[in-house]
Amino acid sequence: MTVLLEAAGLKRHFGGLWATNGVDLQVTAGEIHALIGPNGAGKTTLIHLISGALLPDAGTLHFAGSDITQCNTHDRVALGITRSYQITQIFPRLTLLENVRLAVQSRRRDWGSSLRFWRPASVDRQMIEEAEDWLARVGLAAAVSQLAGDVSHGERRALELAMALATRPRLLLLDEPMAGMGPEESEHMTRLIASLRGTQTVLLVEHDMDIVFRLADQISVLVAGRIITSGTPAAVRENHEVRRAYLGDEQS
Amino acid sequence: MSGQTRHRLEAALFIAAAALPLALQAFGEDYYIGFATRLLIFALAATGLNFIVGYGGMVAFGHAAFFGIGAYTVALLMAAGLFTAWIAWPVAVAAAALAALLIGAVSLRTRGVYFIMITLAFAQMIYYSVISLKFAGGDDGLSLEQRSTLVPFDLADPATLYWVTLVLLAACLAALKRLAASRYGHALTGLRQNETRMEALGYPVQQIKLVCFVIGSSVAGLAGALLANQNGMASPSQLYWTQSGMLLVMVILGGVGQRFGGMLGAITLLGLEEILGRLTEYSHFYVGIALLGVVLFAPRGLAGLWGRQK
Repeated sequence: MTVLLEAAGLKRHFGGLWATNGVDLQVTAGEIHALIGPNGAGKTTLIHLISGALLPDAGTLHFAGSDITQCNTHDRVALGITRSYQITQIFPRLTLLENVRLAVQSRRRDWGSSLRFWRPASVDRQMIEEAEDWLARVGLAAAVSQLAGDVSHGERRALELAMALATRPRLLLLDEPMAGMGPEESEHMTRLIASLRGTQTVLLVEHDMDIVFRLADQISVLVAGRIITSGTPAAVRENHEVRRAYLGDEQS
Repeated sequence: MSGQTRHRLEAALFIAAAALPLALQAFGEDYYIGFATRLLIFALAATGLNFIVGYGGMVAFGHAAFFGIGAYTVALLMAAGLFTAWIAWPVAVAAAALAALLIGAVSLRTRGVYFIMITLAFAQMIYYSVISLKFAGGDDGLSLEQRSTLVPFDLADPATLYWVTLVLLAACLAALKRLAASRYGHALTGLRQNETRMEALGYPVQQIKLVCFVIGSSVAGLAGALLANQNGMASPSQLYWTQSGMLLVMVILGGVGQRFGGMLGAITLLGLEEILGRLTEYSHFYVGIALLGVVLFAPRGLAGLWGRQK
């Protein structure tokens, strides 16, 4: 079991608020690792820090053995860290296929730079086929030629997952992938994420405890900018501090 | 319109445009060959700007800088004794590209209104620098001793300069089509629609935008080199902010992000000014009304009126 991502003493403040206040976190390769915590605990800030959208004020981040503390987003994507957003981020006036194609094309290690000006991209048959495969994988095979702006919210979230997967990340960051979904869509997404188990390392932020306990191999609990405990679902469920700080509130 | 029909239409347009000087000569209207050349040169400059604004999604308000740099490069080289277009024009393009690289690298740290203002500020800095330089002719501009030499062609002949300009414009439009369909073109499209997403996918967003800015500006440099030849001088007015504004108006009029938008806008605007200028003293008033009409009733510009084409 190798540690893929390791955060040590990570800190970030906004004005006087320490949104991340000394986070130590280890994500092991191959696991689905859930990050839970009450509203305002700093979950999204932590995702921003790991994806490179924000840089920490203190602490270090190591990914697959290399120090990425000061790397910007696109260096981190090149190393294999891809994220999805809490608010859907897609290309609304492109088809689903074109959306995923752009995600496939972003893999510089496979295709080279996107600064290729002359060859028509439509001859890149391989890229298109791969994009179709990813869409089929998330259940969107029938909608490939629809505009992303025209499909349902649930389909857009699934599209986002397909795009994130198409970058072939070593670590996938999912920030509330079920946000705003109905029960059926939510169930579909849960199954999709479950289908990644064993092949894809995932760091998942999620509010719904049922889903977290179904999906996670490992859970870390973030309260007021700190990880108060990390462990298997069973261990976290039994932890008194967690019950008091978090689960207890929800059950009462 | 199918791809093939459009292809034929474009070919027919090109042939008609190529035949224009012969027709004008036959009717003894040689003056209009120079006017038509001017239209094509502005069409080229506006096409470059449209690449930045319409394809790259960056509203740049300093296009005159690169247009002027192209003109001044040719004029200065000629003053130093270099007459051949084979060297002077590529140098003009390179000078515009270099300026765009430096200005773009700084300006692209901003966006939206700030990008508009900072590109305008840089362009005005260049304007004031140039008019304060004695060897660049100051307020009077710098005249060309003669037109550039482009062996084996004789640019002193107005029709030849027209044809050379036409070929360069056509080549530029063809390259633009190719570029839009390339991987780079796809990345630009993605960037225009959702920059955050492109960033998250790991695209080097700043680099992609900078390249777009440099390409569009280089085209303006080439147009500037041509205009210096057409006018027989490089003039400060070419660098002034009103010139940037006029080029933007051409792009909006013709169709932002439409491949022929810059060309249609330039031809329409300059054509209207020429025709109305003969009829009335208040031509700008009527041009303004025409522009208002387009913005209100054809928000995708004139090129947008007959179908999508990119």
